[in-house]
Amino acid sequence: MSDTQLTGAEIVVRCLQAEGVEYVFGYPGGAVLNIYDEIYKQDSFTHVLVRHEQAALHAADAYARSTGRVGVALVTSGPGATNAVTGIATAYMDSIPMVVLTGQVPTAAIGMDAFQEVDTVGITRPCVKHNFLVKDIKDLACTIKKAFYIAASGRPGPVVVDIPKDVTQHSHEFDYPEQVSMRSYNPTSKGHAGQIKKAAQMLLEAKRPVIYTGGGVVLGNAAPQVTEMTRGLGYPITSTLMGLGGYPSPDPLFLGMLGMHGTYEANMAMQHCDVLLAVGARFDDRVIGNPKHFAKEYHRIIHIDVDPSSISKRVKVDVPIVGDVSHVLDEIIKHVHASGERPDQAALKAWWAQIELWRAQDCLKYDRGEGVIKPQYVIEKLYEVTEGKAYVTSDVGQHQMWAAQYYQFDQPRRWINSGGLGTMGFGLPAAMGVQFAHPDAMVACVTGEGSIQMNIQELSTCTEHKLPIKIVLLNNGYLGMVRQWQEFFYEERYAESYVGSLPDFVKLAEAYGHVGMIIEKPEDVEPALRDAFGKYKDRLVFLNFLTDPRENVYPMIPAGKGLSEMILV
Amino acid sequence: MRHIISLLMENEAGALSRVAGLFSARGYNIESLTVAPTEDATMSRMTIVTRGSDDVIEQITKQLNKLVDIVKVQDLTDGSHIERELMLVKVRATGEMREEIKRMADIFRGHIIDVADKTYTIELTGTVAKVDAFLEALEPSVILETVRTGASGIGRGDRVLKI
Ligand SMILES: Cc1ncc(C[n+]2csc(CCOP(=O)(O)OP(=O)(O)O)c2C)c(N)n1
Repeated sequence: MSDTQLTGAEIVVRCLQAEGVEYVFGYPGGAVLNIYDEIYKQDSFTHVLVRHEQAALHAADAYARSTGRVGVALVTSGPGATNAVTGIATAYMDSIPMVVLTGQVPTAAIGMDAFQEVDTVGITRPCVKHNFLVKDIKDLACTIKKAFYIAASGRPGPVVVDIPKDVTQHSHEFDYPEQVSMRSYNPTSKGHAGQIKKAAQMLLEAKRPVIYTGGGVVLGNAAPQVTEMTRGLGYPITSTLMGLGGYPSPDPLFLGMLGMHGTYEANMAMQHCDVLLAVGARFDDRVIGNPKHFAKEYHRIIHIDVDPSSISKRVKVDVPIVGDVSHVLDEIIKHVHASGERPDQAALKAWWAQIELWRAQDCLKYDRGEGVIKPQYVIEKLYEVTEGKAYVTSDVGQHQMWAAQYYQFDQPRRWINSGGLGTMGFGLPAAMGVQFAHPDAMVACVTGEGSIQMNIQELSTCTEHKLPIKIVLLNNGYLGMVRQWQEFFYEERYAESYVGSLPDFVKLAEAYGHVGMIIEKPEDVEPALRDAFGKYKDRLVFLNFLTDPRENVYPMIPAGKGLSEMILV
Repeated sequence: MRHIISLLMENEAGALSRVAGLFSARGYNIESLTVAPTEDATMSRMTIVTRGSDDVIEQITKQLNKLVDIVKVQDLTDGSHIERELMLVKVRATGEMREEIKRMADIFRGHIIDVADKTYTIELTGTVAKVDAFLEALEPSVILETVRTGASGIGRGDRVLKI
């Protein structure tokens, strides 16, 4: 302990340094000026000035998604904090570890309707893992330590620390705790030994097994264990949108994504299995549809999750296991080995034969058309040109589903999208966060002309930092996913789903100092992508692909229906 | 089913609103909620009376446990327990009714704690059912005002909610 006195602003900066923070994404304003003054004086981390606070949150969030480390954002009070809310909620829904520092009016002004005052703790309460208002400088360092600890441990999530301006001015000695322990917060990490044993036994007895993985596999760094177990048993595996990359997609054991736009084989296997192992997944409405129609045939469910409240929330399970997915899977693998038993090979063979019949439907085949660019084709070419090695961020809509279906992710943390909240405007700022974290990697943002316009101002941030992101715009002229629902469920009444008056995206990109391209013919798709990742490798390239405006995402399970009520092409 | 959930939570600003917010955001119902500090001033004890199917109650306890400020959660209804509610009721007490109401209060083991020319204020403690029964026993027209605390609960015997 030292007795040198630091200001609150200095303490904030020293805490971030102690946490080894590399990037802070933010936007200044009155309440955080003291903190910005200290940021100016230091060079251990880089502050990235975005053009809208929402983008700071998405960038910090994607930094976290692609690295597994805690993302950090800094915004001012009032409108700074409210602009950040969508980003906080996005991270919350997908369980992303983030620390969000928000400025607040001076303590004496709180509750006085002061200039730029909002109740940030109140507004963010339902969409954070936890939040704090620091009223006294003596609590500042310890609160920031707790924020990092809470954000990253257990089921991760965003934590907001609201800091009044006077607290950043006052002085106090700086003592950053090495560790914190909280009597009210002790996430479980080790699974229950008895349950683990039961799970191993149940898995070995399965005749029609399916492994169903979710975002928890990625967040919990359990991809190696999932892969080892799946291959060891030879069982079919499927993944949610959030779990993609947790198991290599090109592998024959992988049935593709399940859910509303999942493959026929994945959804049918879910519906007809006798033992289901759910790992870091939460049976949500976009995945199993209506729980009443879920798995009509009798089956047993093993569910591993770090969050007890995810278990038996929508679907009752037989063997719940609360714990870190990687740890629990390690233990299950040990038990399977130790038992010396093998699954019933004849049953497994028959089950695979059934699955192959479903797979033979080839549900992701699409009419390649003539003279018109099919959006699926663009993603297939993106996969080829990048050799599957790119980080792909996306916005929300049809393009997101095509990216998920046709880009074959074979590593975790490569597929970065807003699954839970479904936030349009996520893609471009997310690509920035990823590119900062991985400066030499290929980063593509797959987007729609609706979504990209929700945070397009960030093209300026990209110019400032020379970020060589490739924007893959599947421009169908419509809010495509809305149009698709209107076509299917509203007798083609296309209310407000046509987006007219689009800007000239090539000129727009150029105006920001980037490279713009417009691609109108199928034969130009691959060369354009090759140029973007070759000749223009060090530039931001905005690829405006004019795609078939009528294309729909298939297969599709209408909302509220069961998994076997799929619409195939 | 009616459940009585007891919890210990950090005595932090905003902790109560986290609990109240959780119930409203997830559509759980609250019949009553009481909260006050414990013998350890850093912690508060809350009693929530709620209704729901077993699945809903399971979710409620899990979601409460997930709140970072909450130290411990117990569903008192899982075992034998005692619940008490305090009610203050002001009644019109004039003429013959003065005797009648006094007698009624005695039967229910209530105490008259304020006497005025035309009114009595009665203090009554008991289970929620007993408090309800007392109100039903009174002529509705004599009741001027009631205030109830909501139930507080505690486990019987060795059953202790403590850290
Ligand atoms: C912020 C926000 N507003 C509205 C929606 C509802 N929504 C979901 S998909 C979609 C259409 C997206 O259109 P576009 O970005 O052009 O992508 P496309 O579906 O055409 O690929 C809309 C409006 C949303 N997800 N997010």
